[in-house]
Amino acid sequence: MHPFLQRAALATGLGLALAGAALAQEVPAGEKPVDAYVQSNANAHAQPLVDKATFDAFGGKDGLIRIAADTVDFSMADPRIKDIFATTDVPRLKRTLAEQFCYVLGGGCTYTGRDMAAVHKDMGVTHRDFNAMVENLQKAMDKAGVPFRVQNRLVAKLAPMQRSVVER
Amino acid sequence: MQGRLLTKVSLSLAALCALAVTGVARAGEINTGGKLLLTGGDSSLEGGAGGGLATWSVIAGNETRDGFGGKVHLTGVEVSDYSLRAAGAAVGLHDRVELSVARQEFDTGDTGAKLGLGKGFTFRQDVYGVKVRVLGDAVYDQDRWLPQVSVGAQYKKNNQGTVVRAVGGKGDSGTDYYVSATKLLLDQSLLLSGAVRLTKANQTGLLGFGGDRSDSYKPQFEGSAALLLSKRLAVGAEYRSKPSNLGFARDDDWVDLFAAYAINRTVSVTAAYVDLGDIATFKDQRGLYVSLQAGF
Repeated sequence: MHPFLQRAALATGLGLALAGAALAQEVPAGEKPVDAYVQSNANAHAQPLVDKATFDAFGGKDGLIRIAADTVDFSMADPRIKDIFATTDVPRLKRTLAEQFCYVLGGGCTYTGRDMAAVHKDMGVTHRDFNAMVENLQKAMDKAGVPFRVQNRLVAKLAPMQRSVVER
Repeated sequence: MQGRLLTKVSLSLAALCALAVTGVARAGEINTGGKLLLTGGDSSLEGGAGGGLATWSVIAGNETRDGFGGKVHLTGVEVSDYSLRAAGAAVGLHDRVELSVARQEFDTGDTGAKLGLGKGFTFRQDVYGVKVRVLGDAVYDQDRWLPQVSVGAQYKKNNQGTVVRAVGGKGDSGTDYYVSATKLLLDQSLLLSGAVRLTKANQTGLLGFGGDRSDSYKPQFEGSAALLLSKRLAVGAEYRSKPSNLGFARDDDWVDLFAAYAINRTVSVTAAYVDLGDIATFKDQRGLYVSLQAGF
């Protein structure tokens, strides 16, 4: 076999094996099982920042875990959008949201969640709902003391997801 | 008379503001407004969403594609020898179409007597505008270079046709056509906007349309740059070029430096230092621009 083909075959085999591993996901403690899906950082729906300064300004992974958790908590207490989270696996949402933030800010995390369209399918999220969530994120970032102009770098990464998230 | 009319407009605007505030107070039920703070833009002098002097491609009001929004404004400009008062309202339909109306009163004050018009002589102009967003989204499209692009038209009617013609103007009404592109560069916390306007207006129509020097449509540029300092505060600068159709006095380009502050989701204020150049032979018209807006 041609060395290139051999390598391609190997890569394909490896890819399949990885996909298989991803399909047989372990359920982290405190979370509910989800239907199998292929894990990929592409699911995070944004190119990560190259410069790590922004990630550091957010307080690194720990800071982002706190911001993600606060965003979810604020949203679940927000009369405008709380109903959307009625059946949400909250620990899983907080974990994957923190992973997504960390990944897009170039923190080197792996995003293990589903892609944006799949996650929000049939939720009926409106533009208004999307913006309410952004406001809650801003509140969480304010609480964490992230400067406004640094906040906008994360919001800039998330804003285009509106096209996949908003259905109505 | 003009003063009384403006008072009437102001009163109805105040009523609209009150309505908007009530709307927000009851937001739990009727849920007006879903845009992020300041992303609906300011109100331009001509009534639609924009900077103050320049027109932007954003659609007025706080509402998203989910419904109807709107904005009302009261604006006062005091420069060396003149004052300008403006009041207007705009509605945004599904963040797609904007309809606007504005009344402007250009008060010559003591200068009126020097111009031979009489003290307190006032030009009044009504502006009816329509704007349609044709492509892009200034706020969400952060992964593309494409700005939000809108096209629009403004029909303007001046009430002093006789004076306009006496100073060389060709008419007391005119229609401006424009294309505007606005982009929020969120990762830079920067908003940029530019527009090309086809117009015959003298001093944006306050001194009528067309003139002895020229009576044809000429493309003019207007641009804004604003830095977002916080969720509530933006500072920036604007530039607007104008044709010079009248022989008796040159039309200068306009510039301003502004700060816009969102007091809350509904009410915002803008203050600016404006340089309107020479107006009707009076040199260097510089001063203060203040605008109060209510959006819903």
